[in-house]
Amino acid sequence: MCLAIPIRVEALLPDQMARVTLRVGDYVLLHVGYALTRLDPDEAERTLALMREAAVPGLPTMKEAAA
Amino acid sequence: MKYIDEYRDGGLARSIAATIAREAVSGRHYKFMEFCGGHTHAISRYGIEDLLPSNVEMVHGPGCPVCVLPVGRIDDAIRLAMRPEVTLCTYADLMRVPASSGASLLKAKAAGADIRMIYSSMDAVLIAETEPARQVVFFAIGFETTTPSTALSIGLARRKQLTNFSVFCNHVLTPPAIRAILDTANLPEVERVLVDGFVGPAHVSTVIGTSPYVGLAAEFEKPVVVAGFEPLDVVQAILMLVRQVNEGRSDVENQYIRAVAAEGNLIAQREIAEIFELRETFEWRGLGELPASALRLRETYAQFDAEQRFDVVPVPAADNPACECGDVLRGLKKPADCKLFGTVCSPETPMGSCMVSPEGACAAHWTYGRFRDRAKASAVRAMA
Repeated sequence: MCLAIPIRVEALLPDQMARVTLRVGDYVLLHVGYALTRLDPDEAERTLALMREAAVPGLPTMKEAAA
Repeated sequence: MKYIDEYRDGGLARSIAATIAREAVSGRHYKFMEFCGGHTHAISRYGIEDLLPSNVEMVHGPGCPVCVLPVGRIDDAIRLAMRPEVTLCTYADLMRVPASSGASLLKAKAAGADIRMIYSSMDAVLIAETEPARQVVFFAIGFETTTPSTALSIGLARRKQLTNFSVFCNHVLTPPAIRAILDTANLPEVERVLVDGFVGPAHVSTVIGTSPYVGLAAEFEKPVVVAGFEPLDVVQAILMLVRQVNEGRSDVENQYIRAVAAEGNLIAQREIAEIFELRETFEWRGLGELPASALRLRETYAQFDAEQRFDVVPVPAADNPACECGDVLRGLKKPADCKLFGTVCSPETPMGSCMVSPEGACAAHWTYGRFRDRAKASAVRAMA
């Protein structure tokens, strides 16, 4: 029910009820046709960095295993 | 897809799980509840339970709006839909939910009721606009994630001066449900769910923020880690919970920082407050009557309230007596503990709503987890 997907803003149309400044190229979380929030690219990268830090060194990641 | 694929890296998940196994103190059992159906789905689909050490256990919570909606409200919706002037618009999740006497919205539709599945509450407003002879009722359901979209649709209907649009409101709140799980002091011992912490709501928190959990975490001394719905998000949140337990902390932490701000989405909160107010009490499947746990339309928006427009009078309705959804929703039982599971109850012929929604604990276990049960059973047989 609370499913939402990250969607890239391709164009801004009139009458979209947006009251925040969105720019083309931003990512938003889309839920039942409405943007819940803008995704923060810096925090997204920081989360991935923390995940890599939490991982035990030595085990390959998906990308490394594929390479 | 960007912001999805990188959070589904299996190798990284295994590595973080290895850290969990190293840091989880042997001899101590860790039991965490994932609040949301979205988490339950991720845990089942990606086999996260298989990655965790045996002393870290996940129990499913009540965070599936379809699952916690009492049967009586589905009955009410079917009665509304059977009225000749009404077009009932609903999210598809609700179509197959069992109502009383074997009924469902899908069967009512087959019997001739005008029931339409929609993707967005906005679609219901557009149907009302294009079909002025129909009384369009939107069957609104969901936690705080979904409430703002309903609020915006009501606002739009008002601006368009629609007199044939109304909302059957079933929006519920997450913090009272977390309280109901934790506040077990008055319950008999067998009914107490003892958890060491929560994987906290993801998209609900984009709207309400992380502050509503702070009081709960402090009062009940349980850590809460707000987490996204991707598998790496869940695994990282479990590690954060293990660390909090080890350090004797019960803080609210935010793993889903790319989407959740501490204060939440203030615009969405204002839209909700403009149109909705608290109900004194609301019935939850599994949790019973919970005070101040659901929303209704304010008096100034009464013309858009389907309950007032059509004089909806609640008729008490009971679940299938053999259905264990109630205990599953409170984390007291696992889906396979129910004797209906996989026998008479399956996603094709659900007896309870936990088997309907893909986020329901029973549907998730049916689709993914039961194969693990079978593997375990055959391993036991092989040893015997």
